[in-house]
Amino acid sequence: MAKILLEMKNITKTFPGVKALDNVNFQVEEGEIHALVGENGAGKSTLMNVLSGIYPFGTYEGDIIYNGEVCKFNTIKDSESKGIVIIHQELALVPEMSIGENMYLGNERGRKAAIDWNTTYAEADKYLKMVGLSESSKVRVKEIGTGKQQLVEIAKALAKNAKLLILDEPTSSLNEEDSRALLDLMLGFKKQGMTMIIITHKLNEVAYVADKITVVRDGATIETIDNTNRDIDEDRIIKGMVGRELTNRFPKREGVQIGEVNLEVEHWTVRHPLYPERIVVNDVSLNVRKGEVVGIYGLMGAGRTELAMSIFGQSYGILEGGTLKIDGKPVTLKKSTTDAIKHKIAYVTEDRKGNGLILSQSIKINTSLANLDSLANHMVIDKDREYQVAEEYRDKLKTKTPSVEQLVGNLSGGNQQKVLLAKWMFAEPDVLILDEPTRGIDVGAKYEIYCIINDLAAAGKSVIMISSELPEVLAMSDRIYIMNASRIVGEMPASEATQENIMATILRSGRGD
Amino acid sequence: MKNSPVLNFVKKNTMVIALVLVVIIFSISTGGKILFAQNINNLISQNGYVFVLATGMLLCILTGGNIDLSVGSVVCFTMGIGALILKSGAPIILAVLASLGIGLLVGMFQGFWIAWVSVPPFIATLAGMYAFRGLSNVVLGGYSVGVNNETFLKIFGGGADCYIPDFFHGNGLNITCIGLGVIAAVILIIMTIRNQSIRSKLGIAHNPAAEWAKTIVISALIIVIAYKLAQYKGIPSVLIWIALILLVYGYITANTAIGRYFYAVGGNEKATRLSGVNTKRVYFLAYANMGLLAGFAGIIALARAGHAEPTYGVGYEMDAIAACFIGGASAYGGVGRITGVIIGAALMGIINQGMSIMGISANYQSAVKGLVLLVAVLVDVLSKKEKA
Repeated sequence: MAKILLEMKNITKTFPGVKALDNVNFQVEEGEIHALVGENGAGKSTLMNVLSGIYPFGTYEGDIIYNGEVCKFNTIKDSESKGIVIIHQELALVPEMSIGENMYLGNERGRKAAIDWNTTYAEADKYLKMVGLSESSKVRVKEIGTGKQQLVEIAKALAKNAKLLILDEPTSSLNEEDSRALLDLMLGFKKQGMTMIIITHKLNEVAYVADKITVVRDGATIETIDNTNRDIDEDRIIKGMVGRELTNRFPKREGVQIGEVNLEVEHWTVRHPLYPERIVVNDVSLNVRKGEVVGIYGLMGAGRTELAMSIFGQSYGILEGGTLKIDGKPVTLKKSTTDAIKHKIAYVTEDRKGNGLILSQSIKINTSLANLDSLANHMVIDKDREYQVAEEYRDKLKTKTPSVEQLVGNLSGGNQQKVLLAKWMFAEPDVLILDEPTRGIDVGAKYEIYCIINDLAAAGKSVIMISSELPEVLAMSDRIYIMNASRIVGEMPASEATQENIMATILRSGRGD
Repeated sequence: MKNSPVLNFVKKNTMVIALVLVVIIFSISTGGKILFAQNINNLISQNGYVFVLATGMLLCILTGGNIDLSVGSVVCFTMGIGALILKSGAPIILAVLASLGIGLLVGMFQGFWIAWVSVPPFIATLAGMYAFRGLSNVVLGGYSVGVNNETFLKIFGGGADCYIPDFFHGNGLNITCIGLGVIAAVILIIMTIRNQSIRSKLGIAHNPAAEWAKTIVISALIIVIAYKLAQYKGIPSVLIWIALILLVYGYITANTAIGRYFYAVGGNEKATRLSGVNTKRVYFLAYANMGLLAGFAGIIALARAGHAEPTYGVGYEMDAIAACFIGGASAYGGVGRITGVIIGAALMGIINQGMSIMGISANYQSAVKGLVLLVAVLVDVLSKKEKA
């Protein structure tokens, strides 16, 4: 048996009112990739924050034994000096700075006062090569895509002499292709003797990359599964995570009744708002019928969000051409989301914190925002009615909260997503465009969101669901559009769609067939 | 560690408690002088402009911590124009409408650049601050212009004889004043009863005990202040205007859709825009309204001073901004209430006055105000940090 590199013993961490970690034991062997899985709020991130010194020694109980010695980390610097480096889920790069500057931010090369730029860029280039990036380290971060930015984060970690690398949701904002590349990179590092811990919601990745899988549930480690032979499947992991077998991750679509075409887009072309020479949506035509769930599958950067937002009252980009028909009649939404909402279109954003919710306000105020006029008489809001509406949707969507006066910022991801859905359901749309409706939320909450989508379709609404999770698109849609490089490159009924022929469509389109 | 109800109460009402403490401290250090009827009267008359400007400033701050630096200059400018019109013998209404109209135009002008051209508010209003200070000089020709129109002074002023007359001719006690105080308190109590019954009927969660406690404290305070003012000369005219503005804007911010949009834009502008709200209009309205209220502040400042001078209004914008932040408005926008503005403005006024009575120099007063502002924002920042 290999040497134990890290052992966390009887770790207990209490926040006011909650025990976030309860007597957790966690072991990582040298040279392995160890996955940490669990639902949102299970305690994975807390555990890693204890390890990296974000929660300093003394604020938790238990011992961290690393490389055979008991460690007392007080800051991140302490843990990094031992070679424990954590890469957080949110990219921590300054867009206006060069890759090299970013990599050595807070860790500058050179003597006391002056930074030695030659060393900085030379070393940065070396590490960039190790992660397979051909860009010069002098390129500004904002000029490279998210996938490459994630690799820069890893290069940055390597530059700190990482021996134990912790990756928190490294692929959450990457498309399938970039994700796979990243996982393969991890496997490459493993061969060179690096030890890694990966936290992720994507169980197929876990099964692919991890040697050991530790399941965390309700602040405790439930079990550690051995996956050295890559014989563990997703269902086995889910069983550990939720404590029961999830026989079905997707609810059945029942009573499907598909009616007339509700919304139709023809030859829709959109240019980038800042760089008009770039076409982000190219001659797209699609339609959705009443009671139908239409999936749009595509990799990140394919132009899906841009398409959706530009349909939604031209809230993105410069519309170059195309017609939008609702119930067969052409309409122009004069550059305003107000118009789109009036025409009963709703767009539920992929970025619920950035574009969707007001975190500093209550559930009640968020729920009513998109349809406040219906609660107001001559501009005066009927606040009692507003409260009742918020309560109604809390009930309907089973949002877990003590009260609708609770600030949205205090809710978990899944519950925030429900508030966002409530807001748009209250706007009473006929067409709902859902952009990545289950991103970053746990398995249980996902199931509930799927049920809501099915209910909406059953009530005769038209649903367009944009997603980069293939199983989700396959299971939830009646019909699937495939989008790649700004174009719709394929359309197929769900009955004919498989993982293989969707990926094949994308690859074919990439070759320009 | 559980949050005890006491701790919660303290956290929620930090500035109210601070206000009470400051009043107690000054009552002791001035030997009770600060609670003399005349001093309470002066407190209101002297600080009228702060209440008015801070109300407008709150809306700007709500939209995302944006401030309006031009209000001091605009107050001076509208003061000057009002004074000149009155001097020419034109009717009062003309002077009032001119001040309000010009204030509104200035606000719309700045709002246009901020909302539709995306000029940062700080810069747009800094430009206004210079420009209208200069124009005030131009309009007044560098001189002081006096106002002799007694009626104007009486309607808007806080000077020697600018009071609501006592219709009942009480002997040493202004009966009208007490009457109005009692009426205000009764209206407040009736509204509380109505609210409670509606909430109970609709099954909305509420806390009757706390709401009643609040109503009773506020009603008592109104009656005590009314009684104090009655002992002196009654209700200063300017108090009626302040109360009107605070009530109207309190209602707008709490109960109307446009009021809600100020909070929403400050909380998350993108999300608000994607919810079908014309966010540019919201910014525009905030600054247009600020201009209007600056015009109104110009009127009451003119009536208080009795004349206009090119140097008036310097630093008014900072008083307004400070009142908002002391009153709990968030420097990032989206959080803040009119009641907070009242508390913030009152706290600053009391500190000024208390120290004046104690004979402390104005230089120290300014230093203490600065300290209070820092501590107030510190409390806000720290209480938020604890939550995270």
